Amino acid sequence: MLRYLGTLGFLLFWLLAASGIYLYIRFDTSVAGAYQSIGELEWWFGGVLRSVHRYAADAFVIVVFAHLARELLAGRFRGFRAFSWVSGVPLLWLMYASGIVGYWLVWDTRAQFSALATAEWMFAAGIGAEPMARNFLGAEQINDRLFSLFVFLHIGLPLALLAGMWVHVQRLGQPATVMPRRLALGVIALLVALALVLPVKSEAPWDPGAVPQTVAIDWFMLFAHPLMYATSPAALWALVLGTTLLLAGLPWLTRRQPLPAAVVNLDNCNGCGRCIADCPYEALTRRPDKRALVLADRCASCGICSGACPSATPFRRVTELVSGIDLPDFTVHDLRRQLQSALDMRAETVVFRCEHAAQPAKGGEISLRCLAMLPPSFVEFALRRGARRVEAVGCAEGACKWRLGMELCAERFAGTREPHLRANVRAEKLDDGYAFALR
Amino acid sequence: MTQALRIAAQLLLYVPLMALIGYFSTAPKFSPVAEGEALLRLSFIHAAERKAPCRQRTPEELAKLAPNMRAAQDCPRERSPLVVELELDGKVVLRREVEPAGLKHDGNATVYHRLPVPAGRHKIAVRMRDRPGEAFNFMREETVDLAPGRVLLIDFVAGQGGFQFRG
Repeated sequence: MLRYLGTLGFLLFWLLAASGIYLYIRFDTSVAGAYQSIGELEWWFGGVLRSVHRYAADAFVIVVFAHLARELLAGRFRGFRAFSWVSGVPLLWLMYASGIVGYWLVWDTRAQFSALATAEWMFAAGIGAEPMARNFLGAEQINDRLFSLFVFLHIGLPLALLAGMWVHVQRLGQPATVMPRRLALGVIALLVALALVLPVKSEAPWDPGAVPQTVAIDWFMLFAHPLMYATSPAALWALVLGTTLLLAGLPWLTRRQPLPAAVVNLDNCNGCGRCIADCPYEALTRRPDKRALVLADRCASCGICSGACPSATPFRRVTELVSGIDLPDFTVHDLRRQLQSALDMRAETVVFRCEHAAQPAKGGEISLRCLAMLPPSFVEFALRRGARRVEAVGCAEGACKWRLGMELCAERFAGTREPHLRANVRAEKLDDGYAFALR
Repeated sequence: MTQALRIAAQLLLYVPLMALIGYFSTAPKFSPVAEGEALLRLSFIHAAERKAPCRQRTPEELAKLAPNMRAAQDCPRERSPLVVELELDGKVVLRREVEPAGLKHDGNATVYHRLPVPAGRHKIAVRMRDRPGEAFNFMREETVDLAPGRVLLIDFVAGQGGFQFRG
């Protein structure tokens, strides 16, 4: 489940959009009608959708922070990942802005509390020519146009959030934005079950002459208001801006020397585009002559591109094996040399192992930066030159450090993706990799 | 069997997660003011008087100006800071000097203050000075009964004589 956190965020967003569309149809954008129109939702449909809308928003907050924490703890925020990390930071602001404005639409005492707390926070920073809170102080200041503004914000901000989510995944090859159907149905069923067990209710209607003694606030979305009253608006600004700057600056504050980027050898590149299709970080593009071009600042140096190159075959009768695309610090020629050493020692089983696999490489095994760095022709080469069995050991399902390694290997070894394993080699799936033998 | 165990294990993870969402979605309740308290809000926008008075231009000065710029008076843009004081039961609880908005300090001055007070009978005095000098030129004093959970709004509308108490 943890590997689907980002994808789950997309699912929850679409669930929010779908439930929100129905609620918008039923919503009366007027001072007199807003509260009543929400109260009139039939419990078995509109009421359930309203509850799902609320709980999906809360789940969205949890999923986003879990996603952030997971990437942070795994160190996946610097170097070639900096764009995805930094583009995620404004999404936190948009998520909260979208959610908080949604609460105001209900126009109950919770809306009153949240709107005034937000206005007081904005006023403390001098935002606006006059205190925004004055708009909420008396019935005479409020008219139906305010609700048009709220609706505009509650639709516009999520649209901006969606645009930001699109930008957020732009540097990912084959981004996973669609959940597997069974998982998606499970999440939706659980949210509907929660909506039926604990239906969402409005607080008392908004009253400008009253301050609620207690408010049942949503701590996921509105936690900043109590925090502000417990400290001060300035302290909350310092916390929010400080956290934003820290998150945005993290890739540069913890900068490390990157591995050397992949290099294209134009004499050996035929412009087939397989490396471009397989790159997990959109670090490859085409030159005007269709041959590959590496965008060095985006390159993860995972070697998946060299594993996809048709010229990276050990059967080539050249002394120096130069691939169309190669890692300068770990070339396909190095790989062939290591394999040849193992074969010269008459190894019966040759093991290729990803350096990020659960177990480290033992003596005699060939360590790879990613299992998908292994061109399938190397397996056949080893078997035809004396090895009885070849094993390729990678990461556990969904745990690839470079996102797509195991999926690409599965397709290449199954013969559904180029470069594929030839039919004279039989592949057997193991828990964390494959075993091969000649047919 | 494995499939059934997998579903059971997932339910063991997700049901507590959903319970967590359900609980923190409305609980624990938050009290914006303590039990038995009311709220006093002082909020207004006001353009103070100019810091220095307008000066009549001499005929010589007017002659030097372009014909379309010959205003009889030369008025400095900067406005006086606004000084406001709030007294509750004889004790000053707020005294603030507010600069007018704008780079030239020629805009409105805005005041917003939120003060929880114990419910009951209170003598409230509010004073404001919007011109150079020491003396307050606007003031109002009222004795009000504030019920728990009620809000007293103190506004200032120059055209309606000054401070307004709305509760």
